[in-house]
Amino acid sequence: MTIEPKPGKSLINIKADFPILGREVHPGVKLTYLDSAATSQKPLCVIEAMDHYYRWINANIHRGVHTLAEESTAQYESARERIAHFIGASVKEEVIFTRNTTESINLVSNSWGRQNLKNGDLVILTEMEHHSNLVPWHILAAEKNLRLEFIEVTPQGELDLNSYQALLQQNPKLVAFSHMSNVLGTINPAAEIIRMAKKVGALTLVDAAQSVPHIPVNVNELDADFMAFSAHKMLGPTGIGVLWGKKALLSSMPPFLGGGDMIKKVHLRSFTPNDLPHKFEAGTPAIAEVIGFGAAIDYLTAIGMDTIARHEKELIQYALRELASVEGVRVVGPESDKKGGVASFVLDGVHPHDVAQILDSDGIAVRAGHHCAMPLHEKFNLPATTRASFYLYNTTEDVDKLVQGLKKVKRYFE
Amino acid sequence: MDDLYREIIIERYKNPAYRGELDPHDISFEDENPLCGDHIKIDLRVDNNDMITEAAFSGHGCAISQASADLLLEYVIGKSVDEIKKMKKEALLDLLGIELGPVRLKCALLPLKIIKAGIYGLGESNDALLDEEV
Ligand SMILES: Cc1ncc(COP(=O)(O)O)c(C=O)c1O
Repeated sequence: MTIEPKPGKSLINIKADFPILGREVHPGVKLTYLDSAATSQKPLCVIEAMDHYYRWINANIHRGVHTLAEESTAQYESARERIAHFIGASVKEEVIFTRNTTESINLVSNSWGRQNLKNGDLVILTEMEHHSNLVPWHILAAEKNLRLEFIEVTPQGELDLNSYQALLQQNPKLVAFSHMSNVLGTINPAAEIIRMAKKVGALTLVDAAQSVPHIPVNVNELDADFMAFSAHKMLGPTGIGVLWGKKALLSSMPPFLGGGDMIKKVHLRSFTPNDLPHKFEAGTPAIAEVIGFGAAIDYLTAIGMDTIARHEKELIQYALRELASVEGVRVVGPESDKKGGVASFVLDGVHPHDVAQILDSDGIAVRAGHHCAMPLHEKFNLPATTRASFYLYNTTEDVDKLVQGLKKVKRYFE
Repeated sequence: MDDLYREIIIERYKNPAYRGELDPHDISFEDENPLCGDHIKIDLRVDNNDMITEAAFSGHGCAISQASADLLLEYVIGKSVDEIKKMKKEALLDLLGIELGPVRLKCALLPLKIIKAGIYGLGESNDALLDEEV
């Protein structure tokens, strides 16, 4: 069996748990991974959990009485339970497995949106959304003639709640917003946004792709209606994500995809949908990935989300201070007290792609571009930015490497 | 790294010889590489014998795409439109003189796509333009 991390596991020497962090990206040049907002690295326990599944358990779930099928189903459902517990969900049926955040949001727009939104209805989004919380609504808006409005982003990179308050007067049906910006790092006041929406009877969808991996998030405390996140950004594998929704709401919604597993009965011309959560999980799911996700949840739990959030807060404080010491660097987004471990910046006179390329020569992995948030870059009048993003395995030495790397970039372009 | 950011690339990026706009022009085309936000417009003046007499580029982007545009324009001036129609991507990469991975290759070749789409009078540029005549 795989080794499970013990509660109270510390962050000291944590890099050793992540095999990839030991690799060289060029001869003699070790990896410095600062791109966790795109996807996180995976600890050995996650890799082993999936390996173990394929070596010993592999069988389809929810069908078949043989031992492997029973073990496989049990592990799959146990992961669902641990994930539900991790986000504070009341019942595990509220956790629907999807491929990723993007698919979770598309599930809501296709199922709930198609059933409940009609001509002229207002959906409120924000100017800092990732494309995955924009395009599904563009598609539905074109089909149903919906109205989309956007909570404004202030020059400091925060949501302007006055503009939100004004929009709330226009009878919105849904407010869909990201909990934490993948570009600015801003942690939005989700509980307050949700409370304000409730007052006018609007439902809420939280894009938690960047928050659930990095800060403690409790769906009951937030009192949201839907929440979406991806395993791959929180130490788990790609290809698996979650839509959490309130049970009554999910029960009232029509299925999204049709096929096996999501039905109770099928006749030639009709079907009866299955109970939650299976109603929304058509076809053979990503079983190994769910089990790997479960292992990631155990790992994060053993360390504790409070510890992780505190560690990243210290890192971003340090990083912002150090980056400010490099002449020509301008970081976008709010001060460190309002943001998580994301520093997107521009360097005078050097395009982000060139920055990223030169940093790569020192093994430093950052992302350059618009980070799937083109409207936000337009708002700030930036064609692109370079983004360094941190996770529990990053250290102040990684930040130091970044700063040294930036000085090297400047030397090239002097 | 020193290969990629050869002096000529940095020099052309910082002090391009052909940056600007031509008004009036005979041919103008712009396009972008949405992945990185490189955006380039190329204006050309062509004489009665279909020879390119003047060229300028504007827009923004990384050092590779900007240097590539500058080197390309230097190359096309004095050549016939037909010659540029036949120009292959290898010719431009030779001018740059660097080895590029697949992502940066797109940056380097964007100017060639643009100039060809403009010369052919196409509504949109496409990758097929980089390999052959259309
Ligand atoms: C804020 C935010 N929302 C949504 C997504 C989309 O996640 P995924 O690609 O896993 O669907 C991302 C990740 O890129 C993100 O950062």
